[in-house]
Amino acid sequence: MADKVLMKGNEAIAEAALVAGCRHYFGYPITPQTEIAAYMAKRMPKIGGTFLQAESEIAAINMVYGVASAGYRVMTSSSSPGISLKGEGLSYLAGADLPALVVNVQRGGPGLGGIQPSQSDYFQATRGGGHGDYHMIVLAPASVQEMAELTVKGFELADTYRMTAMILADGTMGQMMEPVALDFDVAPAPEKPWATTGTDMKRPHNIINSLSLVPEELEQLNFARYEKYRKIEENEPRYEAYLMEDADICIAAFGIAARVAKNAVNEARREGIRAGLIRPITLWPFPKKAFREAADRVSAMISVELSMGQMIEDVKLASECRVPVTLCNRAGGMIPSPKQVLAAIRQAAGKEGDLL
Amino acid sequence: MKEKRITLFCGHYGSGKTNVAVNYALWLKKRHERVTVADLDIVNPYFRTKDSLPLFRAMEIGLIASPFANSNLDIPALPQEMYAVTDDRGLYAVLDVGGDDRGALALGRLTPAILEEGNYEMLAVVNRYRPLTQTVADTVEVLREVENAAGLRFTGVVNNSNLGGETTAGTVLASLGYAEEVSAALCVPLVMTTFVENLKEALTGRVPHPFTLQLQPKIQ
Repeated sequence: MADKVLMKGNEAIAEAALVAGCRHYFGYPITPQTEIAAYMAKRMPKIGGTFLQAESEIAAINMVYGVASAGYRVMTSSSSPGISLKGEGLSYLAGADLPALVVNVQRGGPGLGGIQPSQSDYFQATRGGGHGDYHMIVLAPASVQEMAELTVKGFELADTYRMTAMILADGTMGQMMEPVALDFDVAPAPEKPWATTGTDMKRPHNIINSLSLVPEELEQLNFARYEKYRKIEENEPRYEAYLMEDADICIAAFGIAARVAKNAVNEARREGIRAGLIRPITLWPFPKKAFREAADRVSAMISVELSMGQMIEDVKLASECRVPVTLCNRAGGMIPSPKQVLAAIRQAAGKEGDLL
Repeated sequence: MKEKRITLFCGHYGSGKTNVAVNYALWLKKRHERVTVADLDIVNPYFRTKDSLPLFRAMEIGLIASPFANSNLDIPALPQEMYAVTDDRGLYAVLDVGGDDRGALALGRLTPAILEEGNYEMLAVVNRYRPLTQTVADTVEVLREVENAAGLRFTGVVNNSNLGGETTAGTVLASLGYAEEVSAALCVPLVMTTFVENLKEALTGRVPHPFTLQLQPKIQ
């Protein structure tokens, strides 16, 4: 066996899920994430796992609910329109406090949209996606290696906090090929005394349910869940800071946009503009502190996104409006070019001479 | 390798069929006047031979591709012009076939004419650094499925083993044994060992049947 393998982002997610001990996958094909299902279809039968192509995304997410209730690591994946279909199930998983990993390899929308990459499901992912008061842990990889690493991390976080973790990738991340090392240390799944594994007549029944008949009790459940979320916001924000030590212009970008932005930052540095990048790796919990601290040191922020501007709202909230925040974006399946980002950096730095 | 009138590039998803096919068409164009590439990929809507359309136009290489390739319409459509591959025997045709057995299904309706004419080469493009074809046994399993779906047997192996941007001479050299074993298991010769141009110096004389690839071929 070779040390590294050449993988598509989608394949890296699938293989990493197997490394993390996931033996149950339910899904429904949709471009640009179909390779995840195809990979699972090939591999699961060979290692004693379960691959099932469900009749719909809604069926798949409810199968995830079932396996999560039984205490096993379980995953489903889809792309934007399919994630909308899973919305009800995501809310039920939250209401029942079940750990699961859900992958969204985003495409352009709204509606059926297109099959080219997008980041326009940011609101949907970071605000929960379904109805009710809840959050998911949202992880945003920016390389194929990170697709694999964050998949393992996603399972671990989901188990630790008994909640859904989502990998929020995009069509580019799913389709691009890069060398990957898969030798991770995986924390074994913790004991799950709440799971429906059979009582052996030795303990009371465990009941997995998201229905509460008494509003006072439902309120207490929501309070407790938000106390958990507060701890996650304290302990789990992750981000990469690139050339931020002396930065005057701060770019905010995740996933593929961050890769484009990094090139633009390097180019701006060559022109003598002190640009830097904060790349959120967790979109929820959002790395608020990093942006709040940067806001005292930089003169402007630019949110680079493959959407009409969604993360920019979190950047503004986190920086408490201490510096102007502008948007540099493309939408509908288009990707900003390094030149476009560089032009936005020049503008923010007051050097507008050479705009596109 | 003595080129045949029809050359089919088949294999596992992501083994590099499209890039090898494009480079092979450029090589073929230096030897024959009429060269056409046919994109028969019904599986993957991205990274198609159609990406090379400007190159083909400049080099006067024909391209037969679905009008929907590289568009937002993700359907497994084949162009009617694909029959030129077997009908027009004055043509040197390079076929870029979709991945795995699913992709090879598209060959079904061309197979009888290809067999009847009997002037073809069907090449198995392999990369030992792809996750599902790292062992000889796994690779042969995928390739046998491709043959069954296509209704054609492989006639040669193309060793396209690489790790993308991290490929070194050592990466290629470490794959030679694997490629030989795949070739022996299929009972067909190894016809090409591919590598990118910047490894040419390091690998010349050290690999069998070298074939230099341009990742983004330039108009010559």
